[in-house]
Amino acid sequence: MSDADSFETPSPDGGDGRDQGKGWFARLREGLSKSSRRLVDGISSLFTKRKLDSATLEELEELLITADLGVTTAAKLTQNLARDKFDKEVTGDEVREAFAADIAAILDPVARPLTIDATQKPFVILMVGVNGSGKTTTIGKLAKRFRAEGRSVMLAAGDTFRAAAIEQLRAWGERVGAPVVEKPHGTEAAALAFDALTRAKAEGTDVLLIDTAGRLQNKSLLMDELAKVVRVLKKQDPEAPHATVLVLDGTVGQNAHSQLKVFKEMVDVTGLVVTKLDGSARGGVVVALAETFGLPVHAVGVGESADDLRPFEARQYARSLMGLEG
Amino acid sequence: MFDGLSERLGSVFDKLRKRGALSESDVDAALREVRVALLEADVALPVVKQFIEKVRVRAVGSEVIKSVTPGQMVVKIVNDTLVETLGSDSQKVSVSATAPVPILMVGLQGGGKTTTTAKLAKRIAEKERKKVLMASLDVTRPAAREQLKMLGEQVGVDTLPIVPNESALTIAKRAMTVGRLQGYDVVFLDTAGRTSIDEALMSEVRAIRDQVKPHETLLVADALTGQDAVTTATNFDERVGLTGIVLTRIDGDSRGGAALSMRAITGKPIKALGVGEKVDEIEDFHPDRLANRILGMGDVVSLVERAAETIKEDEAERMAARMAKGQFTLDDMATQLRQMRQLGGLGGILGMLPGVGKIQKALAGANVDEKMFSRQEAIITSMTKAERKNPQVMNASRKRRVASGSGTQVQDINRLLKQHMEMSKMMKKVGKMGGGKAMMGMMGGGMPPGGPGGGGLPGGMGGLPGGGLPGMGGGGLPPGLPPGFPGKRK
Repeated sequence: MSDADSFETPSPDGGDGRDQGKGWFARLREGLSKSSRRLVDGISSLFTKRKLDSATLEELEELLITADLGVTTAAKLTQNLARDKFDKEVTGDEVREAFAADIAAILDPVARPLTIDATQKPFVILMVGVNGSGKTTTIGKLAKRFRAEGRSVMLAAGDTFRAAAIEQLRAWGERVGAPVVEKPHGTEAAALAFDALTRAKAEGTDVLLIDTAGRLQNKSLLMDELAKVVRVLKKQDPEAPHATVLVLDGTVGQNAHSQLKVFKEMVDVTGLVVTKLDGSARGGVVVALAETFGLPVHAVGVGESADDLRPFEARQYARSLMGLEG
Repeated sequence: MFDGLSERLGSVFDKLRKRGALSESDVDAALREVRVALLEADVALPVVKQFIEKVRVRAVGSEVIKSVTPGQMVVKIVNDTLVETLGSDSQKVSVSATAPVPILMVGLQGGGKTTTTAKLAKRIAEKERKKVLMASLDVTRPAAREQLKMLGEQVGVDTLPIVPNESALTIAKRAMTVGRLQGYDVVFLDTAGRTSIDEALMSEVRAIRDQVKPHETLLVADALTGQDAVTTATNFDERVGLTGIVLTRIDGDSRGGAALSMRAITGKPIKALGVGEKVDEIEDFHPDRLANRILGMGDVVSLVERAAETIKEDEAERMAARMAKGQFTLDDMATQLRQMRQLGGLGGILGMLPGVGKIQKALAGANVDEKMFSRQEAIITSMTKAERKNPQVMNASRKRRVASGSGTQVQDINRLLKQHMEMSKMMKKVGKMGGGKAMMGMMGGGMPPGGPGGGGLPGGMGGLPGGGLPGMGGGGLPPGLPPGFPGKRK
């Protein structure tokens, strides 16, 4: 098991008060700054104003690869650029603008927030992902948001495997004012999910967030167990879970493809939350995923406080990835 | 998407084979594919560039041109360079210092620090018979310290009692004091996860480092990490100073290029691998295995090496001499069956050859029964010495006896005898062709030209030409197998 699902600083203000004035874009850019700075420096040093030749194109492609865009997507973007600008004089800014526009076009169709259908009571959200991607923390952040929207929220401590995962979720429950359904460590996750749904129905809860233990997608037994959670939920409500969210660690490289593919096959993932985008270089894999799978990206985690979970916005993400002002 | 390299290289080498020797442009073509494969395996770009250059320098020139199969040579050079870069020495986590030996665990959030701490602590407590204490310095994530405490109970390692509202530095000091006073040999300090650009947390960990002066500072890093691995490793190394890296989640299906990146950039050894969720699932690091995984192609080199280990030199010589005389007894056949098995059976051997994805699929349809090898061995060992030397004496009554002795049917005995006959006929032919030496050549792992990056089948296999593998039935091997592969020759 991993040790951490990220962490929350229990500062007195809960992190809520700070940076109130800043837009999410500023914070995302701040988070991505290291990554984009490298790209920007790279691109600018390539062009003070020079001809776009094949050697330059190759270097550009490599810069995109260093942001985890992957070989295929990086090649596609550079080819697009070559089509319009080959052999022309270009500046670094022009190249960045062109890339940002292309990336935004890829991301735009997938930038869709996680919307709660109020007619579903409870609206069941199943959170899945590999170990340490930040599921529990993301649940805490989502719960806080739903509570702020005036909804009643229930949390199900479905990670019955990792030591102290239940305690971690309980801490979140107390913080945001949401009851936590739990069973002893080692209980079957499906049984817990079933009970949680029963209770949420009985209590008329608006949103039920179900945590699950992290699992690597190539462990077929564990994946079967996850499929069972879904089957059991459907027994009570054929529509449930109404959303299945894969929490993806933003530092993960090309393995993200395999993660999304397998989780989608097993539990029909309906959307993504990308976490840990506040460290150093990262985030490019989202572009490649959007191209391959076209699944909605609901939100990005750009920090440790509850407010650092932000809706995913294509244009801004693309521009901040390329180090451009809003 | 990761099956790519062997296939890509396969097509590159197909072209090479037709020409027989590698030119500079051939090497470039092959290396372009290697480069993409490494990038797809998440090896960081600067590392890929360095690496490719190293291989290029080695590959272009006499080393390759002298070789019989140039394609194979490139694979070997790529592989060897990879192993070398990963570190040819395997180093363990060291606890040889004045007790209590402080070991500091650092890394990003969610990298697996706490679990790894428990795993390492358990191993050192059990294998090295040390008295170990663990302390969680993570005062930020909810329930982090409870997690370590629970893990400690699970693995039977003591944890520092939790005192609320202490700072990380205070806990570290207290852990070392407890360690000294209560006679602990090793004290693990599990820090809070942090992003590598979080200056406040970085200086906190530096303060802890200055206080406890750790004997080992281990970066716990996720094998799933992408290009960022380099930044993370560099930042931690520069700001905290690392003595080694522990790679977690190596049991996932990532190619683990992050390992190569971090090792190459920091020069710090990889000291252990987390290979599962259970508390004893931690392993020593073997550069060759990881190299194989990053390349994502079968390791011809290790096939040859393993074959060389498995087949005892004198045994091979004796057999070659006998074969030259056209003698091939059932004992010889049993030896070969055994060697096959030691090499990991047919599946194992195929798994080690590059470009065999297709073949393996074909084989799955060809009904190769791996158990057949051990059954046939059982048949042979159920025979008397005389029968093994001279199978002609096998009459119906003897066959019944051997069948019941080996738990098989009389028809199995018949099939085996027939195979043996075919094989010994083949041996005789080869023997007449001036065989002994040629046979020995094959045993040395020589590479018959024409194999698609495969070839070079080791002795035990080379000794089985033509006659069809036991257990293969009449099906033979699917078309497209490299020559030299022990299949039915038409």
